[in-house]
Amino acid sequence: MNNLLVADSVSKNFGKFKALNQVSIGVPMGSIFGLLGPNGAGKTTLIRIINQITMPDEGHVYLDGQSLKPEHIKDIGYLPEERGLYKSMKVGEQALYLAQLKGMSKSEAKSRLKYWFEKLEIGDWWNKKIQELSKGQAQKIQFIVTVLHRPKLLIFDEPFSGFDPINANLIKDEILKLRDEGATVIFSTHRMESVEELCDHIALLHSSNKILDGKLNDIKRNFKTNTFEIGLQSSKSESVLSEIKNSFEVLPATFKNLNDDIKLNIKINESTSPNDLLSFLTSKAEVHHFVEVIPTANDIFIQTVQNN
Amino acid sequence: MIALIALVSYLSQINSDKKRTISVLDETGYLIDIFESTDNTTYLKLTGLNLDDAKEIVKEKEDYGLLHIGNVTSLDDVGKNIKFYSEESPSLTIISGLERKVEKRLQEMKLQKDGVSLEQIDASKTSIDIAQESFDGEKSSKIDNIIKLAFGGIAGYLLFMFIIIYGNMIMRSVIEEKTSRIIEVIISSVKPIQLMMGKIIGTSLAGVTQFAIWVILGGVMLTIVSAIFGIDMAQVNTPQQEIVNQAMSAQGSDEVQAMAENIITAINNLPIGNLVVAFIFFFIGGYLLYSSLYAAIGAAVDNETDTQQFMLPILMPLILAVYVGVFTVIEDPHGTVSTVFSFIPLTSPVVMLMRIPFGVPLWQQGLSLLLLIGTFIFAVWFAAKIYRVGILMYGKKATYKELFKWLKY
Repeated sequence: MNNLLVADSVSKNFGKFKALNQVSIGVPMGSIFGLLGPNGAGKTTLIRIINQITMPDEGHVYLDGQSLKPEHIKDIGYLPEERGLYKSMKVGEQALYLAQLKGMSKSEAKSRLKYWFEKLEIGDWWNKKIQELSKGQAQKIQFIVTVLHRPKLLIFDEPFSGFDPINANLIKDEILKLRDEGATVIFSTHRMESVEELCDHIALLHSSNKILDGKLNDIKRNFKTNTFEIGLQSSKSESVLSEIKNSFEVLPATFKNLNDDIKLNIKINESTSPNDLLSFLTSKAEVHHFVEVIPTANDIFIQTVQNN
Repeated sequence: MIALIALVSYLSQINSDKKRTISVLDETGYLIDIFESTDNTTYLKLTGLNLDDAKEIVKEKEDYGLLHIGNVTSLDDVGKNIKFYSEESPSLTIISGLERKVEKRLQEMKLQKDGVSLEQIDASKTSIDIAQESFDGEKSSKIDNIIKLAFGGIAGYLLFMFIIIYGNMIMRSVIEEKTSRIIEVIISSVKPIQLMMGKIIGTSLAGVTQFAIWVILGGVMLTIVSAIFGIDMAQVNTPQQEIVNQAMSAQGSDEVQAMAENIITAINNLPIGNLVVAFIFFFIGGYLLYSSLYAAIGAAVDNETDTQQFMLPILMPLILAVYVGVFTVIEDPHGTVSTVFSFIPLTSPVVMLMRIPFGVPLWQQGLSLLLLIGTFIFAVWFAAKIYRVGILMYGKKATYKELFKWLKY
C-alpha cells in the first residue's frame, strides 16, 4: 500500500508548549484518513505543518515520496476549520483569485468554477458579494475553492460545520466522489458518525502524541469485546435469566427494545462461538434480538483517550 | 476635494465683502486723521460726544466697535488711554492694524516735537535688502530661505501624510483578513512574507496613483472652477490681504519687483534634480520602513481598538521629525541636530528631505539612504516574523513581552 503522505516523527514546540511530540502517520493513496483527537491535541498544528504554514522543529513530511517543497502547495487543497472569505469581494472574482493562487490558469479556473457552480446549483451567485450570502452558502463557496484545482491531497478540517443536514449530505457525497476520482483525503472532525461513514483509516492524537492509528475496521475488531445484545421473550423470565447467568457472563443491556421481557448484554469467551450462544438461547426462549456489539468510533475515541 | 477648496475660497470671499464700521472718538484731536476708510473698513469719526453716549450709540447701531482715545497731556500717556469697545472680541488683524497706525503717528509726532519735519521723517526711512552671494558667485536672497523651507516642508509633510494614511490602510487590511478568517485560506497558498510585501507594495502603488491623480486633476479643476465661480484666487481681498498690501506699498513698487525677481531666482537655485531623486528614494525607503511596522501591528492584534497602544511609538518619531524639520532645519540646516536627525532611519526621510533644498553633500545623502535601506530590511524581517505568527494567533493579549516571544517561534 502506497502512502501519499508520510509524517515521520514530527515535533513542534511553541515556546515551552509542546504541540506535537514525535508524531508519525502514513496516509495511504486514495484513502479517506480520519485525523481525530480532543481539542488541543495537535491536529491543527500537524495540518498546518503539512500545508507548510509552519515548519516542524523535528521530523520530516513527505508528499508522494518527496520532501515537502513550496511547489507542493498546488497539490494540496485545504479547508480550514476557521474559515472565511473577503466579505466585500464578489464570489466569482474571489474564487478565481484563490484558484489562481493555487497555480491554476484563469481560463481553466473559470471553466472549472462554472462546472462546480452548476453541480451545486449555485449558478446565479457569480456576481454576488460574500456578505450577501448566508453562512451555509458561503461555506459551499469555500468548499468549491478548496477542491477546484484538483489537488492530489485534500485536507478538510470540520467540513460539515455550518451545513444543514441536506447540504452536509451533499458535501459528504462530493467528498466520496472526489476519493473515487483518485484524490486522497485527510479529514479532521469531532463528528464521529461521519468518521464511521467516510473513513478507511484513522489516527488519534491526544496531548501532542499519537495514541492510536490503523485501518478503522482493524481497530474496531481489536476493540471488540465479544459482547452480544440479546432480546428474549419468555413466560418464565426469572428462571431463564438465572440459567443464562450461570452459563455466561451477563452485563446490563445497553440497547432499547420495545417488547422484550429479557434484555441483556452477554459476553462470551474465546472458546464459545456465537452459534453456541445462539443455540443455547433458542433452547430457552424466543430470541428476538441478537446483535454483536461493534464499538463505534465514538466509543473507541472516548475509551482510548480516557485510558491515556 | 476641489469642491472643498472652492467652497472655502468662496466663503472667504463673501466674508471679505463684509464691510466693517469702526467709530472713532478721539478726544486728543490729533490722531483722528490717520483713520482712513478703505473698501472693507469704514471709520466714522465722532465728535462732541462723551464716552458713555458714544458707547450707547455704537452699540445700538451695531457697528463693529468703538475706538476711544482719551484726552491726555503728553504723547506718552496715549497708550494708557486708548481702548477698543466692541460687542464681541475683535479680530487680531483689526487690533494690530489700529495699533500700528497709532504707533506710527505717535512716533512721527514725537519726532516732530523735537524739531524733525515730516519730510525728514519720510526721508529717514530706509529699507535694506542685503544682497546675498555664495563664494562661487551664486546669487540668493532672504526669500531663498523661505522658498527652500517651503519646498522641503512640503516634501516632508507629504511623506508624513502618506505614511500615516497608507500605513493605516495596510494595518486595517491585515486586521480585516484576520477577522474574516480568509487569512487561513490564503496562507495555505502563499508564504506570509509574500502576502505582507504584496500588501505593502500594492498599497503604495495605489497611493502614488491616487496622489498623481489628485495633482493632475486638481490643477485642471481648480482652473476651471475658479473661472466658473469668478473667484480670482490671486485677488481675494481680506483684511489680512489689505495689511499685506499696505505694507508692500510702503516699500515702494520697485521693491516689489525686486522681491518677485528674488523669488524666481530662489526657485531656480533649488537643486531640483537632487530634490526629485532624493524625494523618490527617501520616500520609498521611509514608506517601506513604516508600513512594515504597521503590518506587524495589524498582525499582532485582533481588532482595531487594540492598535492604540502601538500607535504612539510609531507616530512619535514621525512627529519628532516634523518638529525637528520645521524648527531646527530652518535655523541651522547643517547643524548637529539637523544632521543627526537626517541620519536616524526613523526620522531621516522627513528631515533629510527638508535639508536637501539647503544643499546636502551627496555622500551624506548616500549614507543616510544606506542606513535607511538597512533598517528597512531589518524592519521587514522583524515584521515578517511577527506577521507570520500573529495572523493565525487569536486571543493572546498583544504586549511587547508576548511579541518578543513570537520572534523566537
